[in-house]
Amino acid sequence: MITLYHYLFLSFILFLIGVAGVLLRRNIIIVLMSLELIFNSVNISLAAFSYYLQTLTGTVFVVFNITVAAAEVAIGLAILVAVFRRRQTVYVDELDEMRG
Amino acid sequence: MIQLVWLIPLLPLIGAIINGVAGSRMGKKAVGLVACLSMAAAFLISVSIFFSLIALPEEARSIEVGVFNWITSGSFQIDISFLVDPLSTLMILVVTGVGFLIHVYSAGYMHHDKSYWRYFSYLNLFVFFMLMLVLGSNYLVMFLGWEGVGLCSYLLIGFWYEKKSASDAGKKAFVVNRIGDFGFILGLFLLFWTLSSHGIHSLSYKTVFASVHELDPKVVTAIAALLFVGAIGKSAQFPLYVWLPDAMEGPTPVSALIHAATMVTAGVYMVARNNALYSMAPEVGQVVASIGIFTALFAASIGLVQDDIKKVLAYSTVSQLGYMFAAVGLGAYVAGVFHLMTHAFFKGLLFLGSGSVIHAMSGEQDMKKMGGLHRHLKTTSITFTIGALAIAGIPPLSGFWSKDEILWEAFSKGHLVIWAVGLLTAFMTAFYMFRQVFLTFSGECRADEHTKHHIHESPAIMTVPLMILAFLAIVGGVVGIPFFEGGSKLHHFLSPVLSHGSHAAAAVEGAGEAVAEAHSSLEFILMGVSVGAGVLGIFLAGLMYFPPLKSFAPSFWTAENMAGTFSPLHKLLYNKYYVDEIYDAVIVNPIKRLCGWCLSFDLGVIDGIVNSAAWITRFISWVSHKFDIYVVDGLVNSMATLVNFNSSIWRRMQTGYLQNYAFIFVLGVLIVLVRVLLG
Amino acid sequence: MIPLSSLNISFASIMPEMLLTGLALLVLVLDLFIREEKSVLGYVSVIGLIALIPVSARTIEAKASFGGMVMADEFAAYFNVIFIIAAIFTILISMDYLKKMNVRRGEYYHIILFSTVGMMVMASANDLVTLYVGLELMAMSFYILVAYRIASARSVEGGLKYFVLGALSSGILLYGISFTYGASGSTNLSEIARQLGGFQNPFLILGIVLITVGFGFKVAAFPFHVWTPDVYEGAPTPVTALLSIGSKAASFAAFMRVFMVAFPAFHAQWGEILWMLSAATMIFGSVVAIAQKNIVRMLAYSSIAHAGIIMMGLLVYNDLGAGGVLYYLLVYAFMNMGAFAIVALFRNDRIGESISDYSGLASRRPVLSFLMALFLLSLAGIPPTGGFAAKFFVFSAAIDARYYWLAAIGVVTTAISLFFYAKVIFYMYMREPDGEAVMPESGVLYNVVLLVTAFGTVFLGIYPTPFIDMAIKAVKPLLM
Repeated sequence: MITLYHYLFLSFILFLIGVAGVLLRRNIIIVLMSLELIFNSVNISLAAFSYYLQTLTGTVFVVFNITVAAAEVAIGLAILVAVFRRRQTVYVDELDEMRG
Repeated sequence: MIQLVWLIPLLPLIGAIINGVAGSRMGKKAVGLVACLSMAAAFLISVSIFFSLIALPEEARSIEVGVFNWITSGSFQIDISFLVDPLSTLMILVVTGVGFLIHVYSAGYMHHDKSYWRYFSYLNLFVFFMLMLVLGSNYLVMFLGWEGVGLCSYLLIGFWYEKKSASDAGKKAFVVNRIGDFGFILGLFLLFWTLSSHGIHSLSYKTVFASVHELDPKVVTAIAALLFVGAIGKSAQFPLYVWLPDAMEGPTPVSALIHAATMVTAGVYMVARNNALYSMAPEVGQVVASIGIFTALFAASIGLVQDDIKKVLAYSTVSQLGYMFAAVGLGAYVAGVFHLMTHAFFKGLLFLGSGSVIHAMSGEQDMKKMGGLHRHLKTTSITFTIGALAIAGIPPLSGFWSKDEILWEAFSKGHLVIWAVGLLTAFMTAFYMFRQVFLTFSGECRADEHTKHHIHESPAIMTVPLMILAFLAIVGGVVGIPFFEGGSKLHHFLSPVLSHGSHAAAAVEGAGEAVAEAHSSLEFILMGVSVGAGVLGIFLAGLMYFPPLKSFAPSFWTAENMAGTFSPLHKLLYNKYYVDEIYDAVIVNPIKRLCGWCLSFDLGVIDGIVNSAAWITRFISWVSHKFDIYVVDGLVNSMATLVNFNSSIWRRMQTGYLQNYAFIFVLGVLIVLVRVLLG
Repeated sequence: MIPLSSLNISFASIMPEMLLTGLALLVLVLDLFIREEKSVLGYVSVIGLIALIPVSARTIEAKASFGGMVMADEFAAYFNVIFIIAAIFTILISMDYLKKMNVRRGEYYHIILFSTVGMMVMASANDLVTLYVGLELMAMSFYILVAYRIASARSVEGGLKYFVLGALSSGILLYGISFTYGASGSTNLSEIARQLGGFQNPFLILGIVLITVGFGFKVAAFPFHVWTPDVYEGAPTPVTALLSIGSKAASFAAFMRVFMVAFPAFHAQWGEILWMLSAATMIFGSVVAIAQKNIVRMLAYSSIAHAGIIMMGLLVYNDLGAGGVLYYLLVYAFMNMGAFAIVALFRNDRIGESISDYSGLASRRPVLSFLMALFLLSLAGIPPTGGFAAKFFVFSAAIDARYYWLAAIGVVTTAISLFFYAKVIFYMYMREPDGEAVMPESGVLYNVVLLVTAFGTVFLGIYPTPFIDMAIKAVKPLLM
């Protein structure tokens, strides 16, 4: 029997992987992918709650999230392109012009 | 009509704004017109308010007009609102009336000044604040005005800021006033604090005066004393009077308006307004009266030997203010306010007259270089003499009635010392005023040829205000003449406001019968004595300085002889008791030294901020050099260094690396989570 | 099946949002036809926004519409007016700024309008779904705007940093929302409060913490402020101004509505978190600002410190405190916008960033220096400016509610903050001019913005009462 907690655990693990990706990977593209992972882990948790609570709200929220995340990724990639054109790099640790 | 009272301060404010913003482009005529018209309108409204007020029955003559709600915080509320009652109406009449005349006069006097617009903008602003001060219906509005007039006084004293003496005098006035204001604001804090511990969250006069009897008399004494410290500063009483003589560096109409007729009387107004507090603190009243009468004598004695035409008037102002404080300190509030009013007329007149003289003498202020000006300046000379007669207390001029009332109050309340000192001061006043009149207007002209050539009477725009003020100085005392049926009109008018206090009430309430009765034989005798003192002063001055009389004088009675015989005393007086020098030695120089330290400290901190990398060197050197010497400074400095140090440490957190930021972010989440889940 | 009528579909309640979206789309279309003079788009936007002010101020409905998703109450109306004012000022100073920076593309204006729509949706959202969508609309517009000067390395770097951290915080916020949903079974704010009824469960605590973090990021609370200085520095200055005013105000609006409507029963829990965040934010912001040499970064830390003070008002959680937040944000919109307008005017690629560039400005541009000093003194909270009234209001609310320590920290950090604001004034008035840095002439648009903001700053200081009353009235529906 798969309970709510199994889903939540899965979601939590994915969330952690996503956060770890954002923190540790140098390549911006992978950072963007990790961000997607975070969003999707949340989607899993929302869908699971929706199912176990027997309300539709969570599912509707998931649909909204997917839309928003798509837009977000588009903007992210656009900024990435702009960064690459200017700095010829996709590694986040080379972007430290502003600090202090 | 009374509801329109807010227009009175608003009009000068608008004038100030117009002249301040656009004055430099408007041309002199327009600037003067804006300033004078705003004053004229304010004066007309004041007059009509006065008539609406006396049309009301006596009990109803206290109307609070709210304008807007300034700050509300919980149960605490501050309104900008005005109180129209006999006292404030009298004050606005004086302020706008004399103010208007002085504005008109200024339009002539300042005509050649390049910063004409700046002058009128300040002057209008001053009137605005002064009106706020006297019209406010709570302590905070009064305080707003109180600080505002101080600011404008500073700006106007230092109006010719290119002159070092002027800007120094401005600074001196500001600093000395600050000392007094510090006491004033402490008094306000104490008052507010005490009231709120009684559950009253308001600083409006009505509530305060209604509940003041519930307060501990000791606390009320402290409040009254602290407020009086403010009055000492603002009204130039001993020992804080030193700024006023220096304030004569400002343009002469300013001296007339601010440093004679209006601002310096704010302290008297404040004490009279707070008569409910002061009558609960008779000890403070004693102090007020003592300081007042001492200042009166002290300043008058300095005035005896000064040569600068404006300095004499300045010391005379200090002295007359001392009279007013003596009166209000004794609980004779009406007498104090009466003298305030008449003084505004004749002292304004004297200052404007001296301005006209200075104008004619191409800026010369030393009376030793004047003389014989009567021939050239007929109007000025006559009006000035009228002012001098008024201040000397010669009947039936206004000064006689008010001064005599103060002396009578002192005598009838049994304060014989104050009466005697007052009488002596009256004698001195008559002497130095006529010394001034004779030195300036009679005899031969002692100016150099060039100046002589230029002597001319001032234009009508300046002499007409002089004539009006002279008229007022003659008849202004009518309202306070005690012999009419039912006693003095002014007493009746003011008594509802000024009879909060018990002994004030005793003095005033029976004005109808008791006073009329008391104004019997004894008072006539006393009047005779004080008139005699005045006449004697004039006579002795005439013997010494008036050429036609000089020949009758005994041989020892000449200025040179007297100065020689009493040379130590003369020197002491001439140098104003060395008070400035004493202050310099005891207070100013040590503070200057302290400022030197603070300056070096400041530079250190500013540099330190800019240059945070070097903090450690400075910290160590600072510890070794300065700690044991300047412990207090050190405390502040170490705080600054600590902040500075933290500042540069913490900013390293901002590495510029995106993933470090994300890491800090996630770490923050974890810390908050752990804190909440465990705690 | 729920009958359609019970959803209370009222288009009147979302009229401002709809009109503004229409305006944004109009500008988008106009952009295609106007080839040369793109500032026409700016004028169109400003006129549209000005016309929108009365509409938003009057869009007040006591009942939630669209099945409880939207709540167009006084609270939302108050914030909508702040957003529109901020957007108007931003566009006005942008027109010259973009010309100066050689940016000649038109989408800038409609992106600003869309971000304003996002803010308005946030302020009137009564459901976590609506709120999230509004927040993302605003955030994504800002990602683009921050990176808008693609020719500038710092601008795109700031954009990237903002994007990655913003998305991370959105993820965390969303995770918190999902836990809240799991704990209560609803995303509607009033429904959440009803379902929970004060019953604690671990999911809910997790949800509250994560939502706090998500909003903490948006309002730049320590330690979630890390993006602020870099993004503020990199972004075009008018965008920075909008970011520090509009985005912050919108996030506070949502923050307040969520915590005061959905979680009133858990004030003890979130109050504790906010206490810590508020204290840390005030101290951190004002201390680190001292070491800054770049004026934009200094203003960034100053905005962090202000966020701490505003959070204090939220924490107090009564009509005075919450009203204080609204009033503070209104004042902040004027004084901060004024300061940023002068920075935007002065700044170009080489100069105008370092505080030392302001040396001796007073002798060259006395009026501008005076206005700058006015704005900075207001930010520092010196009477009689609006900044003083706002701080006074919030601090006295905190003291009223017995948060003595927090109020003490607030007063001390305010004193510290005078240090760095005064530094700029010191440079302007006490130093000799540098020679190199020349302040360009301020055009009509700048003059309008500066005059209005200066007037607002002073007026709100000397006559705050009606606005405070409005603010208190606006928070009344939230406190029921």
